[in-house]
Amino acid sequence: MFRFILSRLLQAIPVLLIVITATFFLVRAAPGGPFSAEKAVPPEVIKALEARYHLDQPMWQQYFGYLNDLAHGEFGPSFRYPGRTVNELIAGGLPITAELALYAMLVAIIIGVCAGVFAALKPNTPQDYIPMSAAMLGICMPSFLMGPLLVLIFGIWFEWVPVSGWGDLPGDKILPAITLGAGYAAFLARLSRGGMLEVMSQDYIRTARAKGLPEWVVVLKHGLRGGLIPVIAFLGPAFAGLLSGSFVVETIFQIPGLGRFYVQAAFNRDYTMILGTTVFFATLIVLFNLLSDIVAVWINPKLRHQLRDGT
Amino acid sequence: MPKPVPEGQIDQAEKGTSLWKDAWVRLRKNTLALCGLWVILFLCIIALLTPLIAPYGYEQQNLLLGAAPPSAEHWLGTDIFGRDMLTRIMYGSRVSLMVGFIATAVALFIGVLWGTIAGYAGGRVDAVMMRLVDILYALPFMIFIVLLMVVFGRNILLLFLAIGAVEWLTMARIVRGQVLSLRRQEFVEAAISLGLSRWTIIRRHLIPNTLGPVIVYTTLTIPSVMLLEAFLSFLGLGIQPPQSSWGLLISYGVETMEEYPWLLLFPGLTLSITLFSLNFLGDGLRDALDPRASKN
Amino acid sequence: MFWTKSCSLIFLIATLLLSGCGSGESNVATGNRDGILHWGNGTDPQELDPHIVTGVPEHHILTALLEGLVLKDPATLEPIPGVAESWEVSNEGKTYTFQLRRNAQWSNGDPVTAHDFAWSWWRALQPALGNQYAYMLFPIKNAEAYLKQEIEDFSQVGVKVLDDYTLEVELTNPTPYFLQLLDHYSMFPVHRATIEKFGAPDERGSLWTRPGNFVGNGPFLLTEWQLFKKVEVAKNPFYWDASTVKLNGIRFHPTENVTTEERMFRSNQLHHTASIPIDKVETYRKKHPELLNTHPYLGNYFYRINTKLPHLSDKRVRQALAMSINGKQIVEQVTKGGEVPAYTFTPPDTLGYTAKPAFEFNPVKARQLLAEAGYPNGEGFPVTELLYNTSEGHRKIAVAIQQMWNQYLGVNIILNNQDWKVYLSSVDSGDYTIARAGWIGDYVDPNTFLDMWITDGGNNRTGWSNLRYDELILKLAPKASDREARYSMMREAEALLLEDMPVIPIYIYNSKSLVHPSLKGLEPNILDYTLYKKLSLEYDPTNVDEASH
Repeated sequence: MFRFILSRLLQAIPVLLIVITATFFLVRAAPGGPFSAEKAVPPEVIKALEARYHLDQPMWQQYFGYLNDLAHGEFGPSFRYPGRTVNELIAGGLPITAELALYAMLVAIIIGVCAGVFAALKPNTPQDYIPMSAAMLGICMPSFLMGPLLVLIFGIWFEWVPVSGWGDLPGDKILPAITLGAGYAAFLARLSRGGMLEVMSQDYIRTARAKGLPEWVVVLKHGLRGGLIPVIAFLGPAFAGLLSGSFVVETIFQIPGLGRFYVQAAFNRDYTMILGTTVFFATLIVLFNLLSDIVAVWINPKLRHQLRDGT
Repeated sequence: MPKPVPEGQIDQAEKGTSLWKDAWVRLRKNTLALCGLWVILFLCIIALLTPLIAPYGYEQQNLLLGAAPPSAEHWLGTDIFGRDMLTRIMYGSRVSLMVGFIATAVALFIGVLWGTIAGYAGGRVDAVMMRLVDILYALPFMIFIVLLMVVFGRNILLLFLAIGAVEWLTMARIVRGQVLSLRRQEFVEAAISLGLSRWTIIRRHLIPNTLGPVIVYTTLTIPSVMLLEAFLSFLGLGIQPPQSSWGLLISYGVETMEEYPWLLLFPGLTLSITLFSLNFLGDGLRDALDPRASKN
Repeated sequence: MFWTKSCSLIFLIATLLLSGCGSGESNVATGNRDGILHWGNGTDPQELDPHIVTGVPEHHILTALLEGLVLKDPATLEPIPGVAESWEVSNEGKTYTFQLRRNAQWSNGDPVTAHDFAWSWWRALQPALGNQYAYMLFPIKNAEAYLKQEIEDFSQVGVKVLDDYTLEVELTNPTPYFLQLLDHYSMFPVHRATIEKFGAPDERGSLWTRPGNFVGNGPFLLTEWQLFKKVEVAKNPFYWDASTVKLNGIRFHPTENVTTEERMFRSNQLHHTASIPIDKVETYRKKHPELLNTHPYLGNYFYRINTKLPHLSDKRVRQALAMSINGKQIVEQVTKGGEVPAYTFTPPDTLGYTAKPAFEFNPVKARQLLAEAGYPNGEGFPVTELLYNTSEGHRKIAVAIQQMWNQYLGVNIILNNQDWKVYLSSVDSGDYTIARAGWIGDYVDPNTFLDMWITDGGNNRTGWSNLRYDELILKLAPKASDREARYSMMREAEALLLEDMPVIPIYIYNSKSLVHPSLKGLEPNILDYTLYKKLSLEYDPTNVDEASH
């Protein structure tokens, strides 16, 4: 196990290096600099700004300068928020997005997996169709539709919860968590239903049943192990996706999270911020993918050979 | 892999006839799945015939009429430019169905192949292939889109490229996870000991056994692809006004859902019906293609 | 085990989410009681350093925190005393002598003196600071040369401290709008000792603007600044006119998303919004006209034409395009916010200046002009691209105009949208055919709309050039003896511009916002200028529920 994790962590280094390098040059290749504005700015001022952020240096010098800063844990100053460093911005937005993603994930897992397993127990009956149709609705409804709709119903008509904010007014975390989690809940419901159906027709389940084990033991002990493999493969990327994809929900509910920084930075050509958030999210993606692989092995002993292979 | 990939694909299609024939027989017994199939076919035919049967032009405006609720002249109402919604939904289906099916097919093809090879080969090959997936996951999508637009200009093909580039990644991870767990199962080990070639094992034993989750994931990918198209079109990569797509119609409708609810309701309904049909069909297909079912 | 775990998780999440549910009072209710104004402020402020920032949201916060020499009367926009008690203009309008009031103080108790202004303007002109609005200081003699480092010695710049409370400013030309500029944040004073405590004077982004560090001289003090969440200011007891200030504080809410902002307003979380979604204007006009606040705004919406392209270099083509836009339909059916169609470039009645309308909606004449230019019924007219930056509002207008041009002229237009930064670089490098644009006046004077069209001006971007126009705007008008003479030169210039039509004016902007009835003292004006010290909140204790549920 230790060797497996170590080897994967070592593999992460070239992955991150490639991501950083590609992003570094991609953002500089995109047209429109960080300081272009509608009202023409005196060239002297632009020059001074470029000098301030080392954009006047040759590209390779900027690149190695950035790598050097990064090695020291410095993401550099934000171009868009002159008084802030990228470290400070990420540190401010991360706890909020992480909290939001966590709630959303819990919403997704609980609703999704329960609905999926429940449906798979009696396929092609109302017990299957009803939760699965609800799941379909969850998928159809993109968050840019579900968010405003939920706000309209529960925030404006019923006045049960605040229409925006995060941690300002009581209950303002409910709608964002549901909006962000719903799409994933639907995905998980479908995946876990599919996985369960697959497993429940396997020979070892028949053997278990033949042994006269109660049905719930069969389902929980034997069924879930195999049936949730596709779900677990999906969870790693899903959590990373929740973190980086919370942009729409954060915009709808005016939440000061990281997802918004990530997209806004791209629009603003805030080079250091784009790079900072990308490096950050890349690390998260690598870690969560690793984590979901570990969990998959832990759940399904048949995969143990992977650990020996060290992949 | 010793054998080149495309050859293997052709091979599979030829030998797979009996599997598909069996599946079709079973599918025909599944009423819901059949309904789904007919609805999809109906929508495709409407989409094909739209230029001939649409009641109005999709760009034809009537600014003085503005947004009007459904009436005898405009069955589904009109948008703020006084354009007929029925017509716009019909024209939108051409874009949405095409993008949904083609982009998903691309993602499906690359993802399944990538995931199977990585999962089966294991070791270094697996590591390199999956780390490449990680890299693509991590690159900033927005910057990628902006660059694509600038370098190549507006082009519908780019839309497929951009969507395909992101959608196959998750597919590959799912398939790989599935293959990994199948690889050490008895029937695969038996096949190996029988001396079957690796490619035959992948084709005959691994891919068919991953079809369940793959079909489920595919039916989930189609709607997200359609919505992604709307987002990319909004950013300027996909189609341009006055053309429309379901995703775009819905995103415009959201803004005016309190003032002109029909602008959201009808495109939303159309998309939902399509997705429900796709899912019933997908579930039916999954059941029909289940390799264990054929043994019974 | 799985189920017990799940159940406890469900319970946990429910408690976390619902903690303290059972909504309390709304912002408006508590705000009215405590005298705290909740102000929707649009995008999040980037900085609070007046010599670095560039946007309207920052402008709102800075006018609460700092005060220039002169303020504006929000009703008339005439200059009224700020830090300067009085001023004299001499030397044919080229020298301004300001008498500063003796009781003006910084929020730490230091007096505000003429030295503060001289030092602040010196700082605003430091190139290393990257002040994008440094050009606001250019009317001052040698200010431009100093920024461009053509002269090294700041004493040659026309700012002279005569004594602690007397400041003399010398201008290059008599600049009738100079007093207005003094109320722009780029000319606000900053506290030298504070800035030097936290870094070099020309250091970008030092920590002096953080709450606790910030020292200002305006009616309010900075108490809280959380990015993307809020900026809070409280009444400043050291402000010279503190007795006029009625509010105890203001909370500026970032409201990037207009839909959300309108919903915040509806659920009584805001007293005032920065904007309103286009499609909601009509609803409010019908159902709650008392909440809707619309008035003309000093800015215009127009299309730039790339005059370097062969088929658009003929001015008849450009005129034809202009004449086939039905401006009335655009404002009534598409933008719907009470805007006025524009037939001149400068908004009518800008400080008494109105140019002669140069065209009208006339599809027949437009077709005729296009035919004369060699494209009868649009035949042979190349497919033309209309560029706009990604936004719903611009898209709607473009879709309507695309159809009008096609219908009236028979020309084929394709729409192209680009994200803001790409759009800016396309327009700036002339890589466009026809492009959407907007211009907000920096000050109330026709000059802010006309000096952008001089040959190769940084904001021209159409390739249009007219030597007589340059002469009128750059040489003759600034030296004009009186307002009437100056305006007649500007009218002549604008006529030249509109005759050649490198730009198609579409409509004059309208400012649109929602205002809660308890907010008093707001004066609508074309600059959307708010004097926070005049605002007050009406608290009606018998009606605490007016706001909340």
